[in-house]
Amino acid sequence: MQYKASFFMSVFGQFLTSFATFLTIYFLFQRFSNVDGYTFSEILICYSSVIFAFSTAECFFRGFDGFARIIGNGEFDRMMVRPRPLVLQVMGQRIEFTRIGRFLQSIAILIYALPASGIIWTPDKIFALALMIIGETAVFTGLFIIYASICFFTLEGLEFMNVFTDGGRELGSYPIDIYGRGVLIFYTFVVPLACAQYYPFRYIIGRTSDIAALLTPVYCFIFLIPCYFVWRLGVRHYRSSGS
Amino acid sequence: MSANVQNTDKAEKRAGVVKYLSFFRMKFISGLQYRAAAIAGIATQFAWGFMDILIYSAFARSDPSSLPMPMEALTSYIWMRQAFLGLFMAWYFDAELIDMISSGNVAYELCRPADIYGMWFAKTAATRTSRAVLRCFPILLVAFFLPHGFAMNPPASAAAGALFALSLILGFLCVISFGMLVYISTFYTVSSNGLRLILVNIVSFTSGELIPLPFFPDAARRVLELSPFAAMQSTPYMIWGGVMAGKEALFFIGLQLFWFAVMTVAGKLWMKRALVRVVVQGA
Repeated sequence: MQYKASFFMSVFGQFLTSFATFLTIYFLFQRFSNVDGYTFSEILICYSSVIFAFSTAECFFRGFDGFARIIGNGEFDRMMVRPRPLVLQVMGQRIEFTRIGRFLQSIAILIYALPASGIIWTPDKIFALALMIIGETAVFTGLFIIYASICFFTLEGLEFMNVFTDGGRELGSYPIDIYGRGVLIFYTFVVPLACAQYYPFRYIIGRTSDIAALLTPVYCFIFLIPCYFVWRLGVRHYRSSGS
Repeated sequence: MSANVQNTDKAEKRAGVVKYLSFFRMKFISGLQYRAAAIAGIATQFAWGFMDILIYSAFARSDPSSLPMPMEALTSYIWMRQAFLGLFMAWYFDAELIDMISSGNVAYELCRPADIYGMWFAKTAATRTSRAVLRCFPILLVAFFLPHGFAMNPPASAAAGALFALSLILGFLCVISFGMLVYISTFYTVSSNGLRLILVNIVSFTSGELIPLPFFPDAARRVLELSPFAAMQSTPYMIWGGVMAGKEALFFIGLQLFWFAVMTVAGKLWMKRALVRVVVQGA
């Protein structure tokens, strides 16, 4: 019984974590009328899509996060001899309940944001939003895979990778152009978060009517290819280092 | 015969030297790895600080009159929050102590001559201090020399600097005291993770870890500033930045002292009762 109470408290605690970030943005917009011309309702689209994409990617692919532990205690060796694909095995490791909680909350935020944003959802905009979310999920998934791949080479200094995963989520809560050209270029060509979060977003809120903006999420999927190669490189390095 | 003894002597000495050399090499390499991890950690904190400043700068740029505190105070706040993260972090709890409590082994601690509250207070204080000390100086030093707009700024006045030091120590003591209350609460729950997660969220949000208190709506800010949470991290930074000055600063420092006293006394009393319970349950 006590464990059940603790579980519900964990879920509520998890809710508080997400809610706190939302409150932060809400407080900011109580004071500031806009940020670089974007209003609160427009930010809601950005924010809710990124949180949803991050939760989805995290729910399924952040098994790679506890990866250091798996390698450290030799469990990965056992995985390597099983007939199932490695990627799937690692994924299955850590579908934690708290993450499912966060995932459900992100759905709630999305459901709140869609009407609250004041956007009239025509089919092309719905399509754009879907591309946004799928593209963002792809980028975060790629980053989680890279995180795990680094574990093959070193177990030190992993926390810097969080700058891109969790940091990407924080920065991605706002349209990426508010941070300046340099950041926008980085997030377009190196980690293509902007290709999902920014260019289609501008189409949705009506700042551009160029359909080409909807094509940019393609780069997010292309991004997964080098990520997968890094993973294979890591596995090969691990094998050859004779563990 | 003696030549053989001499040779074995020499061989032993050489073996001894080789042993020390390889030991040194081992420790040196692991020390380097530790250094690499520390550098990565500091780099991470710089990245987070930059991201925070970027976000607030964007808002400040769009609507400068709505800033509730001067931008210089805000950037200093952001860097100090990173630098002193180890000291004030609401999210950190000593796994050993939690373990001891949930397994009941805490009963063994009762056999020691020192009082448990004092021992655990000292332990948690020492852990946090050692984590912070290594990180805070490099971060602050570099932050002072960053380009304009990103740089850490000196205190609003010499008096502010002095009061800041006092406030920092008091804030730290409040954090430890509050932590003790959380540890004691785990005596009463079988699985404490849920409760701790909730408490940690409340504390972290209301003490300004996510967004400085001046950004809260005015009514909420006034209430929170009087709470123990503000005493834990927000007050010293406000004093440094000149947001709280003079009599106001002294008032809030007094408040920190008040909360520290209250939480410590409450903690000690509560600890006594919780321990009685442990003994009675025959843990």
